[in-house]
Amino acid sequence: MRRITLWALSTLTTLVLLFSYHTSTSSRSAAATAPPVLAQAAAPSASSTPEATTPSGSPTTSGSSGSSGSGSTGSGSGSGSSSSTPSSSSSSSSSSSASAAKTYDGNAVSTRFGNVQVQITVAGGKITAAQVLQVPWNDHRDQEINSYAVPVLNSEVVQAQSATIDMVSGATYTSDGYIQSLQSAIDQAHL
Amino acid sequence: MSAVTAPRPATASSHEGSSAPATPRRAFVEQVMGLPVSVHVRGELPAVQATEVEEAVGQVWSFLHKVDELFSTWRPDSELMRLRRGELDGADAHPWHEEVAQLCAQAQQRTGGLFTAAYPGSGGYDPTGLVKGWAVEKAAAHLANVPGISWCVNAGGDIVAGAGRGARPTSWRVGIEDPRSPGTVAASLDLAIGGLATSGTAARGLHIGDPRTGGAVDRAGSVTVWGPGLLWADVWATALFVDPVAGREALAAHDPAYRSFVL
Repeated sequence: MRRITLWALSTLTTLVLLFSYHTSTSSRSAAATAPPVLAQAAAPSASSTPEATTPSGSPTTSGSSGSSGSGSTGSGSGSGSSSSTPSSSSSSSSSSSASAAKTYDGNAVSTRFGNVQVQITVAGGKITAAQVLQVPWNDHRDQEINSYAVPVLNSEVVQAQSATIDMVSGATYTSDGYIQSLQSAIDQAHL
Repeated sequence: MSAVTAPRPATASSHEGSSAPATPRRAFVEQVMGLPVSVHVRGELPAVQATEVEEAVGQVWSFLHKVDELFSTWRPDSELMRLRRGELDGADAHPWHEEVAQLCAQAQQRTGGLFTAAYPGSGGYDPTGLVKGWAVEKAAAHLANVPGISWCVNAGGDIVAGAGRGARPTSWRVGIEDPRSPGTVAASLDLAIGGLATSGTAARGLHIGDPRTGGAVDRAGSVTVWGPGLLWADVWATALFVDPVAGREALAAHDPAYRSFVL
């Protein structure tokens, strides 16, 4: 009797899990035992520090990130003094999960300096690339800052994944904007 | 000086490949107080999908919007701005102004003057350095009523975490951005209950002033403080950035439950 109840309960649980799986997240893979931010880094960042080297897993392709035309506007302008360009990760391709690659635009976040917007590419349940779609671009001071701040974000996304980070805290105001826009992109991928 | 912990290198480690089943997680973002605020909620299955979650998150947003309406320095018609201009009498203002003003005075006293709301350039009174932490902590209390979930709120790097009614808290891994090495996470720590805040010089112009000199703090780096609540974590992060030595002494004397590290 008890066994039957247990069986019924577990079946029910499985059904509920399956149901929620389909409705809540279309892009989550079976391997996604962690929230999206925790996903293992797929694309090594150009400016990663030694201790932050990415796990040895094979790089996942981020094929669609290079071809998403809108993404190149912000990143292109920001790459002037950067050590890592967002699209650099698109060259690494070896796995077969390209079919699942999908991009999500974060909310355009209005900071007091202007709008900030981030786009992520998700493949196989992992963030494989992040690009900046919009940056504040008002004056020379802004240009200086953004040429610095944009790469910060782009590599940080990858870093955060390799470090299984849930949330990011930092001191810089614009960085907040990027981080938060990124989180909203992740949210959209998650919902 | 017990406050300093060795920052953990941001390497992928034990978390990877964990066999623990994924706990369902939901995330919400709202643009409020001039920045997007994220609420993340974890919990087992019926609980995390319950309408109580959405209701509580809605209450969080409403609370923060209300605070923004009252305290914004970017809205000329906010009560704070009207108070500053002398158009609104303190007695007629929302009671939160009094609450915040008292907390500011308390913060100034506890930090030995390293934190202040008295700035000559802003009508003599600028509580905004405290309001965000105060508001986010208060707003998040709505989530503590939801059964069966754990939650974490991130408002521009000011983070508060906790558990709902009758629920076990879960750890949220917080990465601290390395202020000297763009694109890297310098340290990470797990926060299950409480608040965490980071203070430092902003990429854009002056951000933190030294109340003792009236000048800006001319120093790179950042200070992260965490402990039981976000409000005081935030206040102490500011104080320790202004003066790490004096700040830490004051912290040890007044709020030993808070921990810090300097980057």
